[in-house]
Amino acid sequence: MQNKQVYLDYASTTPTDPKVVQAMLPYFSDVFANPSALYRPALKAKAAIDKSRQIIADFLGAKPSEIIFTSGGTESDNLAILGIARFIKKGHIVTSQIEHPAVLNSCKQLKKEGFEVTYLKPDHDGFISPQDVKKALKKNTILVSIMYANNEIGTIQPVKEISNIIRDFKLSKFKSQNSNKSQFPKSKNLGFSALDLMLEKSYPLFHSDSCQAAEYLDMNVSRLGVDLLTFNGSKIYGPKGIGVLYIKEGTKIELIIYGGGQENQMRSGTENVPLIVGIAEAVKLIKKSKTEKAHRDYLIRELLKIKDVSLNGSIKNRLDNNVNVSIKGVEGESAVLYLDREGIFVSTGSACSSKSLEPSHVIQAIGAGREAAHSSLRITLGRKTTKTEIDYFLKKVKIIVENLREISA
Amino acid sequence: MKSDFDVKEQSGTKWIYSQKVEDHFFSPRNVMTRNIKKTGYNGYGAVGSPACGDVMRVWLKIKNNKIIDFKWKTFGCASAIAATSILSEMATGKSIDLAYKITAQDIVKKLGGLPKRKIHCSILGDQALRLAIENYRNQKPKKVL
Repeated sequence: MQNKQVYLDYASTTPTDPKVVQAMLPYFSDVFANPSALYRPALKAKAAIDKSRQIIADFLGAKPSEIIFTSGGTESDNLAILGIARFIKKGHIVTSQIEHPAVLNSCKQLKKEGFEVTYLKPDHDGFISPQDVKKALKKNTILVSIMYANNEIGTIQPVKEISNIIRDFKLSKFKSQNSNKSQFPKSKNLGFSALDLMLEKSYPLFHSDSCQAAEYLDMNVSRLGVDLLTFNGSKIYGPKGIGVLYIKEGTKIELIIYGGGQENQMRSGTENVPLIVGIAEAVKLIKKSKTEKAHRDYLIRELLKIKDVSLNGSIKNRLDNNVNVSIKGVEGESAVLYLDREGIFVSTGSACSSKSLEPSHVIQAIGAGREAAHSSLRITLGRKTTKTEIDYFLKKVKIIVENLREISA
Repeated sequence: MKSDFDVKEQSGTKWIYSQKVEDHFFSPRNVMTRNIKKTGYNGYGAVGSPACGDVMRVWLKIKNNKIIDFKWKTFGCASAIAATSILSEMATGKSIDLAYKITAQDIVKKLGGLPKRKIHCSILGDQALRLAIENYRNQKPKKVL
């Protein structure tokens, strides 16, 4: 029936790059030994993990010992948030209303366990204000978890500014703790490194879910100032089922998976060597020069020419590949299915397509309203998206919008 | 999170929606299109709101207590559109007393079933129809849009 297939849902997941698949292949049936074993084939598997870990560490500007491989973004988010909170056992967590469900539902679970959670509201453009983070911080705040880039509307959060604010907060907390007590030696020998050490040991810690960001933004953890950072393979043309959690050296966490003590005692389970090799290869293939931004701007311009179409989220500080619009009178699931029939694949924040039957929490949080959430379409571009594909989408979407509006009440 | 049903089957190759739903969704019948003159309709009913994700409007032409014309508009997902479309076929030609008794279950059955989680939100059509019939019976057409 259709010959053309246009995939425009790269924020949902990316295809695995053939080079990544090639790199992974030997580690299924050839180099298959358990990396924990002592004999030579195992050492080969172990060496592949070590090499991959080094590649990831270099990508993040971290040490290999700070890199934990997990089963994906969801597990990394869970391990970071549950791990930090349960280790300390009580306290306050600051996050945002527009986080991925992996973060939101981890926080929801912690609330049940007696933790206090503040969900910061974004502004209309889709940004969390660093000043709001500052206001939310309390003496007992143990963790701040703010995403690097939003998965629905692509807005890039001011992670560096937030980490600066957390640092300043720790500094002032540290100073006030030590101003009237003599517990801290007033030695002039106290160097800057010692102060840094104290700061690092104090809370809150800062975690950032960076799954959407990894393909497009600076991922250097020291420049970002994060203590924990999550990303995964499935958004960077790597395999699904593999994630990374960066945990700054010395950070204590409670485990969520118990077993043989792999991954520096932080995440047990026989290492998934092919997927680990795969995510490292995917990281190697990330390029900075991209065509997506020009395509994105063209697509947004053209979509906004259609009557009663509005862009969700700011045009500035937005991921290069993300377009999210609300089309008045056009329910999202209907639009997705009409587009699917034309061989075009996009997603929606409509309730009808979600398992919870609630429309997009992100579009609601930015104050666009429930109707806008129901009629939202997310179109996300990828490395191989062409202008021809975008034009094909535009041609079809215009017809579909007209057809659905003709039916629409 | 309550149901395992989704739009697609596990295999990913077949729609979870029935062929009947697919047919009515992609080729809806009796839509109140722009070109149709709205004069002469003597029953009107509307339910839902855009905020809830579903809006259904029904216009009826009733003659000798029989529905001779049923037009509708729906803002909603595939099952909502298909449900109103098939309802328009089910009700046309029926006496208003019989049409009034059409239930959501009747519509679902006629559609060859719907995913469980879709039944509640999408079958507002029967309510809109009953409102239109009541509107006719009350002999005070509110607004004909």
